[in-house]
Amino acid sequence: MKLEINNAVCGYGSKTIVNDFSTTVSSGEILCLLGPNGVGKTTLFKSILGFLRLQGGTILVDGQNVKTLSKQAFAKVLGYVPQAHVPPFPFTVRDVVVMGRTAYLGAFGAPGRHDFEVAESCLDSLGVLFLADRVYTELSGGERQMVLIARALTQKPSFIMMDEPTSNLDFGNQVRVLRHITKLAQNGLGIIMTTHFPDHAFQCHCKVALMQRDDIFIFGSAEEVITEKNLHDAYGIEVKVMDNHIKNYSIRSCLPVFEEIDPCPGISAT
Amino acid sequence: MQQGKGPEETEPIKQTTNKYGKPDHSLKNKEPRERYILPGLAVLLILTVLISLAVGRYGIPLHQMWDILHSWITGKENPNNYEAEVVILIIRIPRILLAILVGAALSASGAAYQGLFKNPMVSPDLLGVSAGAGVGASIAILLSSSYLGIQLMAFAFGLGAVFLVISLSTAIGRGNSSLLIMVLAGTVISALFASFTSLAKYLADADSKLPELTFWLMGSFAKSGSYKNVIVLLIIMLAAGLPLFLIRWKINVLSFGEEEAQAMGVNTKRLRIIIILCSTILTASSVALCGMISWVGLIMPHIARLLVGPNYRSLLPTAMLGGSVFMLAVDNIARSLIAGEIPIGVLTSMIGAPIFIYLLFKGRASWV
Repeated sequence: MKLEINNAVCGYGSKTIVNDFSTTVSSGEILCLLGPNGVGKTTLFKSILGFLRLQGGTILVDGQNVKTLSKQAFAKVLGYVPQAHVPPFPFTVRDVVVMGRTAYLGAFGAPGRHDFEVAESCLDSLGVLFLADRVYTELSGGERQMVLIARALTQKPSFIMMDEPTSNLDFGNQVRVLRHITKLAQNGLGIIMTTHFPDHAFQCHCKVALMQRDDIFIFGSAEEVITEKNLHDAYGIEVKVMDNHIKNYSIRSCLPVFEEIDPCPGISAT
Repeated sequence: MQQGKGPEETEPIKQTTNKYGKPDHSLKNKEPRERYILPGLAVLLILTVLISLAVGRYGIPLHQMWDILHSWITGKENPNNYEAEVVILIIRIPRILLAILVGAALSASGAAYQGLFKNPMVSPDLLGVSAGAGVGASIAILLSSSYLGIQLMAFAFGLGAVFLVISLSTAIGRGNSSLLIMVLAGTVISALFASFTSLAKYLADADSKLPELTFWLMGSFAKSGSYKNVIVLLIIMLAAGLPLFLIRWKINVLSFGEEEAQAMGVNTKRLRIIIILCSTILTASSVALCGMISWVGLIMPHIARLLVGPNYRSLLPTAMLGGSVFMLAVDNIARSLIAGEIPIGVLTSMIGAPIFIYLLFKGRASWV
């Protein structure tokens, strides 16, 4: 399947934040949205998910405009993994994950045996079935992130969007979550995610959309887009991109350069 | 996220994986006590009803009570105890039924609001329905309206206040009203309407109107306990309570926030309208019939959450049944503790506040 974003214009009210953004994600691909704070990653993200109305352009799934889909039908195409947060009520993990079945239930429906089975198999596929009877609000950030991914999978979508899936996670959990994301893509899911770490794009073998100020968007493979020049243009810092050889493969990584201290460290607006 | 790598995690993984092999594991896995809470509350309600029949200023011996109830149920004429029969059939039974319905209505709308507004500290009058009803009733009382007139005015003004809040927040949010703006608008409108009520009290004739107004504002079943009111409220419960009851599972999804709920396929705008409309009608009709009864809609969902957990599938019926038991028990105190009648709103506050503080201590871990 193919998710096409054509000339998207996104913003709040009459204010435009992202102008003319186009890209395509196919099943099995990961698209990583990179860019400095305030460049409009979240705005674009919310517009693709339909939380904000597009000011212009179209979003097509296999050629069909998502505007014509009901909320329920859209949820079966595109799932959403928000940043892990704490809800007000102490639901069990099982109850949280089965909420992903909402799109398959009638107006007065509640999940039945089959829905709980789907929820459990999704938890199992992420290796966190042991959390099923725990209370969601009492989990660690990493565990909550896995539960939210399981919830999105329970929705059985073709694509999922992940909002900074590695934020607030410790180093080990970041890597574990990225491994799961890579595995999900290998199993045929199309994934769009935002991240603040260019390294993650190398590690997931992503397509990258690097968003710079003034509506400059650079698309391509991680190797093509994440260059020293592009990173400097986007983030205003000097970065070394280097090849690392580990065992029998090589992977790139980014290292910020500290020798030349910026006279005015560019902390961008949020 | 240990993913079963630590030694402590290895065991639970094995356990759950084995369980998972069984097809019906998920449904059997409900906490056992959850399954006997609802029947238990139903039994408790029946017991409370029986006690309520016997309790009151007019003492009725048990054998007379049995006689009266027996002839009432079988429809046979009962030659004895004419006076007691009036007390039971004309006064106590409708009042009991009304208290049951009002308790359930307030608890249901409180529970639904807490889910919608993602906040366990929310009560059903959040959007100004009680304050509005108070103004409506005040105007009607100042105009020496009939009791029906007071009820209709209270109901209309209750709905009107919420309508005003929603229009206001939609206008502020330019067609896309956020819940926060709605809550703020509700606070403002409530305060405004409360000041109108104060003005009405100030203007009211201190000998006749003021006591009536004050008594109405404090809430009571004394005047409203009639079969006619029971039937009216029963119809309203079916019209507004049933939709709420049917969509209750989706309130779970909504409590994760509108964006997440929408991404899971919920038509959040429609669901929000249904919840606000049904809850408002339930609360407005309760307030119109029985005056302002606070705390029930706030604490019953909490008690239900402690009993059966946060899942609205069992939370809503538990809160409603619990609300009925609570309302009925408090009304018994209201009509039997002293020679006169204690306004029920005063009692629910005096009983509700300490219960709530207790719940805060007890449930702290699960809410924060």
